[in-house]
Amino acid sequence: MTSSNPSLESTRPPARRTEWIITLLIRVAGYLSIFYVALISLFLLKEGLPALTDVPLSSLAGKFWYPIEGYYSLWPLIFGSLTVTLGAALFAVPLGLGTAIFLSEVAPKWVKETLKPLVELLAGLPSVVLGFVGILVLSPFIRKAFDLPTGLTAFTGALLLGWAAIPTIVSIAEDALYGVPRSYREAALAVGATPWQVIWGVTLPAARSGVLTAVMLGIGRVIGETMAVMMVTGNAPVLPSGLGALFGPVRTMTATIASEMGEVATGSQHYQVLFLIGIVLFALSLIINITAFMVSNRRTQRVERLLS
Amino acid sequence: MDKIVIEHLSLNYSDGTESLKDVSLRIPANQITVLFGPAGGGKSTLLRCINRLNDLADVTMLSGRVLLNGVDVLDPHTNVTELRRRVGMVFSRPVPLPLSIYQNITYGLEIAGERRKARLDEAVERALRQVVLWDEVSDRLQDPAHALSGGQQQRLCIARVLALQPEVILLDEPTSALDPVSTFKIETTLRELRSELTIVLAPHSTQQAARIADTAAFFLAGELVEMQEGEKLFVNPKDPRTQDYIQGRFG
Repeated sequence: MTSSNPSLESTRPPARRTEWIITLLIRVAGYLSIFYVALISLFLLKEGLPALTDVPLSSLAGKFWYPIEGYYSLWPLIFGSLTVTLGAALFAVPLGLGTAIFLSEVAPKWVKETLKPLVELLAGLPSVVLGFVGILVLSPFIRKAFDLPTGLTAFTGALLLGWAAIPTIVSIAEDALYGVPRSYREAALAVGATPWQVIWGVTLPAARSGVLTAVMLGIGRVIGETMAVMMVTGNAPVLPSGLGALFGPVRTMTATIASEMGEVATGSQHYQVLFLIGIVLFALSLIINITAFMVSNRRTQRVERLLS
Repeated sequence: MDKIVIEHLSLNYSDGTESLKDVSLRIPANQITVLFGPAGGGKSTLLRCINRLNDLADVTMLSGRVLLNGVDVLDPHTNVTELRRRVGMVFSRPVPLPLSIYQNITYGLEIAGERRKARLDEAVERALRQVVLWDEVSDRLQDPAHALSGGQQQRLCIARVLALQPEVILLDEPTSALDPVSTFKIETTLRELRSELTIVLAPHSTQQAARIADTAAFFLAGELVEMQEGEKLFVNPKDPRTQDYIQGRFG
């Protein structure tokens, strides 16, 4: 095998060199992205962690975000982010999944081929543009519809961000549903399942990991969203007083960092607390990603066994 | 007695592939009828017309009639769900649903509204015994179905169809992904089943067609070339094209 084919051998060295270079490039790219993430985390920790010692804990865990007076409570901001995110998820997940199921399982081919690119186009909409729509259309509407003093509320932000998350959810969930082998659907249909029974009992469970990823990425987009949410939620970092707070102004963690970072003195307490907020955000999205990974990974293994 | 009568069935797909050209044939009850021929001949298409699974495909032209017990199943008013319970189908690759062994068999019954545990248990045991799988899996019915071997999975899929007590089962190359031992078991099962129901089978090889056919129909490019008793057709075909194919001159 080694000497019987001289022509094969003569082509070997260059092929091996190319192989080596490509392997090296891929490896460097992989290590670089890990390195960058590590750098960012280190930087965040270095700038943010001192806040825990320099700023009194009573201030951090207090009730007010009022940096000029030295009140740095994270709670109003965490609350603001969670309200907007949860609200957006409640609105976007059912609608997004519904649309994905419609596109993948129900819609005729030409409808799907027209709608899917349009939905994906929507995903590329810059969030500032979305914010404009929020300020000019959505917020006056909400002010009138609910008879509120201002239309810039957590609810407005949730609606708008839900809208921003829908294209992500639709696009990824539809891919996952479409990827379910046709044979599953046929097998279920062949024993007399109705189309709805097939979707609910077979297609959705089989696509569970992809659908979950879609939801998680959609939520991730909402948590990380800054511009649009800053424009429509009213920018008031206050702690909630009951359910009515949903229709009052809030401020999210991202909006706080974006609006205050420009006017803060480097190294000051305020500066450190802003980075601490960054750490909290980072931790939150990490938790979401890890959950999504664990859930979908467990499913992949089962699917792999299924297909082997 | 003829269970299924197909009259002048013609069909085209939108991409122009595998169509049927004016096919007429009679499928006798309680026999194994084999549809064979080279790929793209229309065998699968014909099977999928009988239980209307072709509704899912891009069919641009469909004409003719498919009579089951004298009733045209292609009629738009046909209750397709009900039809598919009476006309079961087994596919070339075993497709266990992502459920347990037990649930795979009860799936069809449960969506048909059967909730009584005793009935379901009974149906599971009967169906698994029919496909000679009971002894192999009776102690682990709650295991996931995809933990079974390929041959066992395919027999499970047949059991899933049998649990609904259909009148007809359609099998589209049911043993193409299986080893000879599993193939033998499935063929034996089918021979035993024919006293209870009508079997229409598109085998993946001519050898299997010859082994198992009570009646055989040879399809070529969407046309029915000839159809007669299996023993006669494989020994003494009338049409030269059938003879060429059986003897391996093409295909």
